[in-house]
Amino acid sequence: MEQIISAQQVTFCYQNDEGESHEVLHLLDLDIPKGQMVAVLGHNGSGKSTLAKHFNAILLPSGGTVYVDGIDTKDPQRLFDIRQTVGMVFQNPDNQIVATIVEEDVAFALENMGVDPAEIRRRVDEALQEVGMYEYRMHAPHQLSGGQKQRVAIAGIVAMRPKCIVLDEPTAMLDPRGRSEVMRTIRKLNEQFGITSVLITHYMDEAARCDRVVVMDDGKILMDGVPREVFSQVERLKSVGLDVPAATELIYHLRQKGYQLRQDVIFEDECAEELARFLKEQNVDADH
Amino acid sequence: MPIIKTEDLTYIYSQGTPFEKAAVDHVNLEIEAGEFVGVIGHTGSGKSTLIQHLNGLLEPTSGKVYIDGQDLWADKSKIRQFRFRVGLVFQYPEYQLFEDTVAKDIAFGPRNMGLSEAEIQDRVRMAAQFVDLPEEILEKSPFELSGGQKRRVAIAGVIAMDPEVLILDEPTAGLDPRGRDRILGQLKEYHRHRGNTVLLVSHSMEDVAKYATKVLVMNRSHLFLYDETHRVFKHAEELSRMGLAVPQLSRVFTALAEQGFAVNPNTYTMQYALNEIEDLLEGRGYHA
Repeated sequence: MEQIISAQQVTFCYQNDEGESHEVLHLLDLDIPKGQMVAVLGHNGSGKSTLAKHFNAILLPSGGTVYVDGIDTKDPQRLFDIRQTVGMVFQNPDNQIVATIVEEDVAFALENMGVDPAEIRRRVDEALQEVGMYEYRMHAPHQLSGGQKQRVAIAGIVAMRPKCIVLDEPTAMLDPRGRSEVMRTIRKLNEQFGITSVLITHYMDEAARCDRVVVMDDGKILMDGVPREVFSQVERLKSVGLDVPAATELIYHLRQKGYQLRQDVIFEDECAEELARFLKEQNVDADH
Repeated sequence: MPIIKTEDLTYIYSQGTPFEKAAVDHVNLEIEAGEFVGVIGHTGSGKSTLIQHLNGLLEPTSGKVYIDGQDLWADKSKIRQFRFRVGLVFQYPEYQLFEDTVAKDIAFGPRNMGLSEAEIQDRVRMAAQFVDLPEEILEKSPFELSGGQKRRVAIAGVIAMDPEVLILDEPTAGLDPRGRDRILGQLKEYHRHRGNTVLLVSHSMEDVAKYATKVLVMNRSHLFLYDETHRVFKHAEELSRMGLAVPQLSRVFTALAEQGFAVNPNTYTMQYALNEIEDLLEGRGYHA
C-alpha cells in the first residue's frame, strides 16, 4: 500500500538552556498508508506531539528520515509541497483563527498561496460545507462555540486540499457535543474524501473509533494495532499512564473475577450486548 | 447557613449595545459548606461567568452573591478579602506562573494576605505537600518543570491561601490519564483533609461522576439543576440535548435495563457497576 507518511529510524534531540542534549524520539519507524485514520496515544512527554510536528516539517529529524508522500522533509525546496500535503490542527481553536469573518478565515491560506479568486470562492464554500459550517460563513468566530471554531480551523486546512490532516488534541478544550462534532467531521473527511488523519488524543473513546492505534512511550512506539487489539492489553496501557475506554475496563474487571466474557470490547453498545449475552447464559432473566 | 448563596444573580455583557447578552440569568443557588461540587454546562452556558462572581472578579448586573452570609458587594472596599476566602484556579493556570522559584510563586498569595514570613513558609510547605511537589523542586524555576508539575504549582499557589472555597476551572484539560487522576486524587484528598468546599468545572462526565458529591448544571445562562450526582445523571436525555453527556457506564446500564435486566440504569462508577453485575448473578437484582 502507498504510504502518505513514512518515518524511518527517526531520532530527534533538542538542546536545553544548559546545552544538554535531550532525546525525544529514538530510532522510530512508522508508516501511515493513504486513507487511514490513526490515533496516536501516549502520556505527556512521550514524544507524540514532537513526532506529529515531523509530519509537515515543522520539525526536522536529528537522525533518520521522514517522507511525506515520497518527499524527504529535509528538502527545503519542497517545503511548500509538504505543507500543502499535510495540514495541522492544534488544541486551541482561538490560537488558529486569524480573521474576523468565518469565510475569510478559511480563505486565509489560499489567499497567501495566490490561488485564483474564483477558485478560492469555490474551495471555501466546499470546505465549509464539508465540515458543516457553511451556514455560519458570515459569522464572527467569537460568536461560535468551541466545537464550531475547531471545525472552522479544520475547514481552513481542508480548503488547501491536503492528502493528510494531523490533529494534535483537537478536542481537549471542547464540551461533549463539541468533541463529537469534531470527531464526526474527521471521520467524514476520511470516509468521503479519503483524507488520511492522524489524531493525537488523550480520550480513549476517540482512539477506539479510529482504524489504528499507535501507542508511544519514551520516544518509541510501544504498541501498534487495531483498537480492539491495543485496548485489550489493559495492564500494559495502564503501566504507561494511559487508560482504556470505560466499557473495556468494566469487562476487564469482570474477567479478572473469572467471568467468561470476550476481552476485545471497546464500545458501549457492544459492552451492553456482551453483558446481556453473558447474563442470559448464566440464566439471569431479562423479564423486568 | 450555606457557604455560597446567590439571589437572582444576573450578569449582562455589553449592556446597552446590540450585542447585549445575559450570560447568567436570575440564578438562585445555595451550596452548603463541605460539598465537592462538579460544575458542568456546554461552552457558553455561563458557568465561567458564574464562578467569576463567587470571588468578586465580576460584579453582578443585578442580584446578590453571599459568601458565608456576607454580601460580597455590601462594601466595595472590602472585596479583596473575598478573593482570599474564595480561591479561583483558572484554565491552563501554568501560564500565570511568573516568579523565579516555585516557592516564591506559591508564596505570592499568602504574602499578599499580609501573613508573617513564618506563616507564609508553613503555607507553602502545606500546599506543596497537598499537590505532591517534592522539596527539591521548590527552589527550581517553574519553567524547568513539566506541564503537569507546573499546573500543580499553580494549584498550590491558590491552596496556599487556605481558601474556604476552592474553585477550579477545568484543571485537567490537556493532561494525560495519569496526570488527570493524580490531580483529581490530590484534590479529593485535600477536600477530605481540609473539609472545605470545592467546585470543579469539567467537561468530563466521568471525572464528575467519580469525584463530585453534587453537580451543578448550567444551560443557556440558567441554572438547570443543582442536586446530588446520582440524581443529576438520571436526566440523561435532557443533558444530551443541552450538549452534555452522561458517563459511558450509564449508557451501558441504561441499555441493559431497557432489555429487561434488573439493573439500576443510573449506574456511573466502576465499583457500583461491578456490584450491580455481581448482585444480578447472585440473584439479587436491582429493584427501583
